[in-house]
Amino acid sequence: MGSVPAWARVYVACVVLAALACMAPLPHLHVPWWVVALLAVLYAGCERITLPRGTRGAGAPGRDARDAPKGMGTFLPVLLAGAFLLPPPAAALVALPGALLARVEQRPRWLRRVWRAAQLAVAIWATSRVHWALGGRDAVVAPHFPYALVPAGAGVLTFCLVLTVLDGGILALADRVPVRGAWRGLFARSLAPVAVHGLAGLMMAVLWRSPYGPVAALLVLLPMYVSSWVFAQYHRERAAHQATIRALVQAVDIKDGYTRGHSERVGQASMMIARELGMDDERVEVLRFAGILHDVGKLGVPTRLLRKDGPLTPEERRVIELHPEYGHEMVRGIGFLGEARSAILHHHERLDGSGYPYGLVGAQIPEFARVVAVADAFDAMTSTRSYRRARPVPAALEELERCSGAQFDPGMVLALVRALDRYGWHPAVTADVHPPTPPVSSSPQGGLQDSAGRRAP
Amino acid sequence: MSALTPRLVARSGRFPWHPRLPVPLSLVRALTLLLTLVALADTLWHGLDERGTALAFGILITVGELTRWSGAEERESAPLGASAALSYALLGEQAGQPTHHGVFQVVTVVAAAALLGCVPHVARGRGPTVDHLTRRVLTVAFAAVCFQPLYNQGRLLEWGGPAYALLLVALLVLTALCDAVLAAALAHTRTRWPFGPLLWDELRATLGIGSAVCATGAVMSLAVAVVGLWALPVFSLPLLLTQLSFRRYAAVRVTYRQTIASLARATEIAGYTPAGHARRVAALSRAVGRELGLSEPDLTVLEYAALMHDIGQLSLVDPVPAGATSALAADEQRRIALLGGAVVRQTGVDAEVAVVVERQADPYREQPVTARIVRAVNAYEELAREAGPGGTLTALEKLRLATARDYQPEVVESLARVLLRGGLTLPQAG
Repeated sequence: MGSVPAWARVYVACVVLAALACMAPLPHLHVPWWVVALLAVLYAGCERITLPRGTRGAGAPGRDARDAPKGMGTFLPVLLAGAFLLPPPAAALVALPGALLARVEQRPRWLRRVWRAAQLAVAIWATSRVHWALGGRDAVVAPHFPYALVPAGAGVLTFCLVLTVLDGGILALADRVPVRGAWRGLFARSLAPVAVHGLAGLMMAVLWRSPYGPVAALLVLLPMYVSSWVFAQYHRERAAHQATIRALVQAVDIKDGYTRGHSERVGQASMMIARELGMDDERVEVLRFAGILHDVGKLGVPTRLLRKDGPLTPEERRVIELHPEYGHEMVRGIGFLGEARSAILHHHERLDGSGYPYGLVGAQIPEFARVVAVADAFDAMTSTRSYRRARPVPAALEELERCSGAQFDPGMVLALVRALDRYGWHPAVTADVHPPTPPVSSSPQGGLQDSAGRRAP
Repeated sequence: MSALTPRLVARSGRFPWHPRLPVPLSLVRALTLLLTLVALADTLWHGLDERGTALAFGILITVGELTRWSGAEERESAPLGASAALSYALLGEQAGQPTHHGVFQVVTVVAAAALLGCVPHVARGRGPTVDHLTRRVLTVAFAAVCFQPLYNQGRLLEWGGPAYALLLVALLVLTALCDAVLAAALAHTRTRWPFGPLLWDELRATLGIGSAVCATGAVMSLAVAVVGLWALPVFSLPLLLTQLSFRRYAAVRVTYRQTIASLARATEIAGYTPAGHARRVAALSRAVGRELGLSEPDLTVLEYAALMHDIGQLSLVDPVPAGATSALAADEQRRIALLGGAVVRQTGVDAEVAVVVERQADPYREQPVTARIVRAVNAYEELAREAGPGGTLTALEKLRLATARDYQPEVVESLARVLLRGGLTLPQAG
């Protein structure tokens, strides 16, 4: 608990007091207690059910936790149905047992549980209050459609608003997010899912008060549960997919120990250039994959050649120069890579037409390939190889600028220079955390691809 | 063996998909068509009851079919259309007023709306439309036959509210079971794979999105009974959310499979194995796994493992001649297998896949069943290729001779049966 700032604790205590104040009128109210109990048990049950963990994707547990969606699961319709069915203080009570019993991954656990419970209680109380004020109760009991949608919609808006305000406060105080940024985007992001869950909650409330009773209302939860289960599966599968892309890169490492970390760094530099050029997020992501996978064709080059000591004969050089074509052939079947495939094929082309495999000139070279070429040369020069020490970043940039126009696209070089000015160069190397096999040879290499001298004439 | 010989030789090397439609399948289709025509005639003769309701449900079913996605491996590709059709079949009241539509009207409305919704899919030539429609019409007819006559005779009116809801759920469970049996039977007559595992796979799929479809069907018909047609748009939205999640899940699975296949092709491009080897071993292993009655998740493990079984060869400084690992010394085979397992562990696939790759070179008694299949099929592929035309028999003979230690006899026999039947298609290239 030591790491939580004092102001954050005071803030939590204030929200807890507010939640208690919301529930204060309970003893004087005539409340259908069995409804409260049933909904509270249901909500607690939903919170406790952890989604079934399949075995697939077990290789990437760390990424799972990071990618998994925040707890917007099956349980929201239960809470909102409570808000549409019960008087405000009782509706606030429904959230308490579930939030207090919920699994919490991060410490301090109890502070987080108490915070979550108080926050939900206040939000649900406000929702129920607004719903009540607009005559939603009668609309649900009668039922009056489409009028019932109006108070329910207002309730959903209130719920999102209150959660946003409270969340922003805790972000600013506990996580020290700058005050202006703390609230940004929270409301817009939560509105769509909460609105869908609100419709389900409304249906639950209507069916609950109908002759068919709670049994019919419970059926509403099943599709919501399946939906969130599939969503979790989707995230797991996506994490596994990204791990497979890494495995492709690591397969290159098995053959050629020098590239360790190089691919990821080229991906990072390509991404920085793409951002600087103002590409949209989707293309930036594809370009990152292009950078990561640009050397994947080395898998097709005989290992003996990649690890050869001493200078290469022209014959051997021609064999190594086939790697962009091998790479293109390999990733041909991966649909989502799109433009990245052309970058893999053409990342050794030069503006003056002296590159390979096709000797394309100027604008004939695909944009992605021009980006990856710059990123590749930059990383080759700034990283240490056993046969050569790393050059400092300014020297490498100078070299790139000297060759821009003849070998590199000046626009891309400029973008890299500007991006490095702004953010600096902090390559994060994740590729060599668990190499599948020990590096095989450490002898000096007269390799082509890795020698900056050859890259940058 | 001698009885098999001529057919085996004649069919080795090509993998035809059954060109003629099996008789039971044509029969089912004819029956469905007949049912639809009778229903249509009856509806035209008597006219539509509650036109507004019929129209609203018809539109919802059409929209559901329009948003159907094709090419996914999931069982139910149009959940919204399915639940709208089921809820129309089980619709008894609307905003407190009893309805009067019968079985024939349900079949007519569902068939017409589904047909209309299929038009763009047919125009683009995607998806197995006829089977999809057949299943939809038969399933809905089953649910309607169970419910509508009883309801229209007034027998259900004395049931209380909650009991009525439970009755609907029970009917839907029955319908889902019926649908699973029908789908498994159709797949069985089409492919002649064993019926048991097919049914099991269908039931497993029913537990996933199938349960959401059934629950939504029940909720929709109850909600329409309480609040009228407003319930339809209100409750379609949550189901659309489910459908969206499923679609994204299916999409990421497809790219994932493509990436695994590309990783598998690395050894081919590097010249360690002949072109198409990994893909052929994967397809044949899957067929043998089916023959042995493995379930769908096990088949996926098997397929991934078969695709990546040679990946360990990347660590060799010089390629094995023609990638024929089954001819190497046992120690060397085991070393390559272990290296392969280490690569596979990085890919984030099921750890089982890595185990299969690692244990490939072990004697079959120490292997999991999936590894036995990959080992036998890989050896068959290499031996048959070496032996040239008519190599099937020679290769099978060699496998049979090694069943004491290396290959499980049951696996080899299943492989022989699969090859004999030729019931195998290769996945599309690329």
